[in-house]
Amino acid sequence: MSRNPISESEVNLLLNDVLERYGYDFTAYAPASINRRVNHLYVTDRFPSFAEYRYRIISDPAYALRFVEEITVNVTEMFRDPLFYQALRTQVLPILATYPFIRVWHAGCSTGEEVYSFAILLKEARLLHKAVIYATDINASVLEKGRKGIFRLSQMQQYSRNYMESGGREDFSAYYTANYEYVKFREDLGEKIIFSPHNLVTDGSFNEFQLIICRNVLIYFNKQLQDRVLTLFSDSLEQLGFLALGSKETLNFTSVTGKFRQLESREKIWRKMQL
Amino acid sequence: MTTAPYLIVIGGSAGGLQPILTLLPGLTLSLNAAVIIVLHRQSQYESVLTELLSARSSLPVKEAAEKEVLLPGVIYIAPADYHLLIERDHTLSLDDSEKVNFSRPSIDVTFLSAALAYRSNMAALLLSGANNDGTEGLIDVHEAGGTTAVQDPATAEVDYMPRQAIELAPVDIILQPGEMAGFINEIAGV
Repeated sequence: MSRNPISESEVNLLLNDVLERYGYDFTAYAPASINRRVNHLYVTDRFPSFAEYRYRIISDPAYALRFVEEITVNVTEMFRDPLFYQALRTQVLPILATYPFIRVWHAGCSTGEEVYSFAILLKEARLLHKAVIYATDINASVLEKGRKGIFRLSQMQQYSRNYMESGGREDFSAYYTANYEYVKFREDLGEKIIFSPHNLVTDGSFNEFQLIICRNVLIYFNKQLQDRVLTLFSDSLEQLGFLALGSKETLNFTSVTGKFRQLESREKIWRKMQL
Repeated sequence: MTTAPYLIVIGGSAGGLQPILTLLPGLTLSLNAAVIIVLHRQSQYESVLTELLSARSSLPVKEAAEKEVLLPGVIYIAPADYHLLIERDHTLSLDDSEKVNFSRPSIDVTFLSAALAYRSNMAALLLSGANNDGTEGLIDVHEAGGTTAVQDPATAEVDYMPRQAIELAPVDIILQPGEMAGFINEIAGV
């Protein structure tokens, strides 16, 4: 079809190439979305044929990296779903406050907007000084953006509104300095964030956490991969640790559901009850 | 359980709610198709929409959940702020990538993905609206052998979207809101 020039079997060939040559495994991603993005990149980069697309990916590692970065979704915003952040403030932070040291893993953090949002929550609860947030993503270039803490000024009005809806009472603009079209978030927010590459498909656990946040990542995985990643999260959580997912993601009907209990708010936050 | 053998996808934007409210009570209980509704809206009205449509329908109405299997006789609402995709195994996927036609959910995205999954075993119906979403998707549905239908612009609260579609896409049938339920029952009734 004209708007979908690369067929599903051709997409699978490319995903196998990328796995064999470069070690990135997209073969257990949900097909419809990956198919759409592979086609979109083909059209955007104006390839004349599938054969040329495939040859470029196989023979040009820099282009293969572009392929990997473009077929993964990196849309995010600060305080996305404000009521979720309100639930973190009121139901999770008071419990984290009782620990001498707080370890948080934000998996699939993209450019870091939600990581800085969470750092602000910790700061306002006076917990940031005793916390460390591991912010990971498969995509190295989005991590570099997160490390810089520089975001578009044009977004700040929306983010400020989200912040207030999440229960924020401070002056949101005090958290950044604006410079032309960009803002830079305060250094003290970034000091406790460690941005680091991690591939949920192939990499294992690297610590034990009291809170794991992974939002709008699992929706791109097929059922088997979802189960595997949820097991990784479960194994990486302390008993009574929290797992926070995206607003349309759930632990129901997954292999780990029996170990967790959902918090009573309607937000997608679960607590690990069993080791 | 067997998945829905036929799929109806309805896309609407500004003014799209009214024809949906008109057509829902007329759908037959023996509908042999799944119905997906993609309606542009503000995300805060989320739960209200499902309740509102539920009250008008004898068939079950629910918000589409990811990995959910499409069943005949069920009406699925695309959640606000996500694109809704259909897999070849007739399950649903959500995607929070960039907006398309300033919209998420985008009608074009769901129409194309439905066309790839259901080929000729589907129909797409495009309703009232003020933007360009849906036209490209109708072309995709037609190319895959599906049926394309558009609300009569004269009956649309905002006629831009259906007018664009009729001008640029191969449209099989133009429908008044009162004819839409009958059209769906006829192509997907038992």
